[in-house]
Amino acid sequence: MHSSFESAVENPVIEQETRAAEELDLPWQVIVHNDPVNLMSYVTMVFQKVFGFPREKAEKHMLEVHQQGRSIVWSGMRERAELYVQQLHGYLLLATLERTN
Amino acid sequence: MEIRRQDDCLEISELDPFLAELLRQIPDSTRTEGAETAQQRLFSLPAQASEREICAEWKVYVEPELRRLFQTATETVATDLQQLNGSTKPFANCTLRIPTQNVEAWLNALNQARLVIAAKYNFSDVDLCDHYRSPIGSRRDLGLFQVNFYGFLQEFILHEMDL
Repeated sequence: MHSSFESAVENPVIEQETRAAEELDLPWQVIVHNDPVNLMSYVTMVFQKVFGFPREKAEKHMLEVHQQGRSIVWSGMRERAELYVQQLHGYLLLATLERTN
Repeated sequence: MEIRRQDDCLEISELDPFLAELLRQIPDSTRTEGAETAQQRLFSLPAQASEREICAEWKVYVEPELRRLFQTATETVATDLQQLNGSTKPFANCTLRIPTQNVEAWLNALNQARLVIAAKYNFSDVDLCDHYRSPIGSRRDLGLFQVNFYGFLQEFILHEMDL
């Protein structure tokens, strides 16, 4: 006896799924940009609060923002990245999310 | 002027009328009406403009939330500032007590005010590092003094609250 199930297993129909590259949940980066108005101590505090960074790490990123104009503070899935950017904007930091190259 | 932490509040005492007036101006200083650059700074894009979907969704769903957040902070500060309206002597020094539960709202409102003033007057890095310019000059000089004074308060709050 040859069941339809066995037949399906032996001759599987492969459904092709096509997705545009941008639909794939590739990693995104959260970037904080320099702003001459925001205080260094304030930016450090925000990094600690939003990302839970220890003070040293928060200061490292703050200095990167200050000296290099920007710092990648987090990378991962888009949804979480959007949430972090929203939190950073709530603290009035200049932050964006960008696709990881 | 003296600032110190007192139990469950930050106390700013010996506030002279000029500094008290600058504090009273915090809520109004956060207003962006008629100042496109200030509006753009407070509600900056979350991604490059080419990321149209992200930017469009942000405008619809996130920006209203941010407006509410900023307004709530400003209203909290405005309520605390009502303490400065109780003096019977118009030119007397006064005291302001900021409840510790409101310090995050104060940090936010002070930052809004600093960013809006800086955007309105297009202050450069050099301007912002000039901490000794007299406020008695142009309206722009007064604006710079406000930005620095509000920044001083932010620094003090961060230091005292160990945030």
